[in-house]
Amino acid sequence: MRDWQRRWRGWKRNRQVVLGAWIVIGIVLALLPFVTGATLGRGWVRIIDFALLYVMLALGLNIVVGYAGLLDLGYIAFYAVGAYVYALLASPHFGLHWPVWMALPLGATVAAVFGVLLGSPTLRLRGDYLAIVTLGFGEIIRIFLNNLNAPFNLTNGPQGINLIDPIRIVDLGFSETYTVFGISFPPTHNYYYLFLTLTLAIIFISIRLQDSRIGRAWVAIREDEIAAAATGINTRNVKLLAFAMGATFGGVSGGLFAGFQGFISPESFNLFESIIVLCMVVLGGMGNIAGVILGAVLLTTFPEALRYLGELQYMVFGQVFVDAADLRMLVFGMALVLIMIFRPAGILPSMRRRRELGADAPVAAQEQASLYDAQR
Amino acid sequence: MSRATSSNKQSLLSVRDLRVAYGGVVAVKGIDLEVGRGELVCLIGANGAGKTTTLKALAGMLRPAGGTIRYDGHAITRRRSYELVSLGIALVPEGRGIFGRLSVLENLKLGAYVRRDTLGVSQDLDRGFELFPRLAERRSQIAGTLSGGEQQMLAIARALMSRPRLLLLDEPSMGLAPIMVQRIFGTIRRIAAEGVTLLLVEQNARLALEISRRGYVMESGRVTLADEAAALLANPDVKRAYLGG
Repeated sequence: MRDWQRRWRGWKRNRQVVLGAWIVIGIVLALLPFVTGATLGRGWVRIIDFALLYVMLALGLNIVVGYAGLLDLGYIAFYAVGAYVYALLASPHFGLHWPVWMALPLGATVAAVFGVLLGSPTLRLRGDYLAIVTLGFGEIIRIFLNNLNAPFNLTNGPQGINLIDPIRIVDLGFSETYTVFGISFPPTHNYYYLFLTLTLAIIFISIRLQDSRIGRAWVAIREDEIAAAATGINTRNVKLLAFAMGATFGGVSGGLFAGFQGFISPESFNLFESIIVLCMVVLGGMGNIAGVILGAVLLTTFPEALRYLGELQYMVFGQVFVDAADLRMLVFGMALVLIMIFRPAGILPSMRRRRELGADAPVAAQEQASLYDAQR
Repeated sequence: MSRATSSNKQSLLSVRDLRVAYGGVVAVKGIDLEVGRGELVCLIGANGAGKTTTLKALAGMLRPAGGTIRYDGHAITRRRSYELVSLGIALVPEGRGIFGRLSVLENLKLGAYVRRDTLGVSQDLDRGFELFPRLAERRSQIAGTLSGGEQQMLAIARALMSRPRLLLLDEPSMGLAPIMVQRIFGTIRRIAAEGVTLLLVEQNARLALEISRRGYVMESGRVTLADEAAALLANPDVKRAYLGG
């Protein structure tokens, strides 16, 4: 074991250090929109808001893919369902203006029902076959949203739904600017705190699920379905629960997205979105909550940061050789490839995932070390 | 007839005319089986005779095409495996079926999945480690890195974690070195001595009959012989077909 690793382990065991670290993280998270707004500009606070929405999405997909091992390529459909339910219940489209505490949970519930609808016909499928069916499911939802404007105008078709009510809890409208003790809270900041609260709730639920009976059942199913059934796990219900839980998180995130953005259309829910969320999970470290969060934050902020490539070229070379818009996706794609080459199990792999990939030799040593630690 | 009814009362498992089919292919063509309480019974036969299929049907992993299965006096014919585990029927699947990427301890804890009594589970965990000291040494090792024999021990120990009254063992000797087979069979005998009822499916007919009280011989989906194990060991037909002369 290298020196810094030993020191890291020592720190992790020290209560005060851990507590201090949490306090620092708390302060950083609390001040983040103000610091970002002052340095990078208000636009970046909005990007952070989106990053939080993607963290929720990625954690939802992590339950399905990371915990239960069910490869889902149509996950964005649940985001779409959540967003549309909220939009239909709180916009001039039907003249309904339900409060958020009714529209959002209903959106999440409907998404969960769709999760079960997707899950039940695919119970016997695994791997590639499941991926193909889920991919089709995602597209079906998008195409339905695109075409359900006739004979009865349910979704307003490709034009999407406009003027969606901003999120408002009792008298607190998140799309207004407040001034408290001389500090100004613009909408992006208000939404940041709302999204942060819900993200923390979802992180908490994810952690609890991981160490629960149901979490162990998911892992067992991922490992060996027949053996899981032999140990008395109701594989059907447990799988459906994974789909439903994942879909619920997606639905919550979708409803928030609709209220935040004020406008949604089927275009926001295409296959690319499903794939990018899957990338967040896989790149960050499938099954590891911290990894998935990191993946989601990186994959939302990094492409935005690459927009500065033009300015960077100008500063270094005095002129722009390649338009940033062209270069951006190239660099982004290369970064993804490089991560997969150098960190095949993700940036922060879960212990289990590291074992799966045969991993680097240190794992055996780590196992020994942790056993040694336990005995001491 | 009266003898049959009286044996019915004592039976823990009673199978009548069980038929199991894969699609159109009938693998088990109507068999009768009795396993008394605390009895160790084996089911022997050649490859493809329908032994594993029978066991899977008993464990609720396959739906029977016909017949009845009674366990402890109740019909369980169409129950699913997860219900049967709670009722006290545990299967050690063929090829062991351990969770290869989980640790030994995690595997054992999953074995107790249906149980809610935390205290009892931790007691049984200790008992399992006592029964298989090798597993205790390797409790935090990844199960996939165990030797074949150790994996088989783990599979049995995991099944015991559900505190079964009826343990169904599918080919525990498969792919193991002779010394390991001896050790596994010694353990099976010990489990039986502790009062667990066992139904053992085995290709190694001699070993299975030696530790069993009674045995059934299966041939192409039918039970062709049923007798005391000692009688089967002495039976010239059985000797010729399954015991190598």
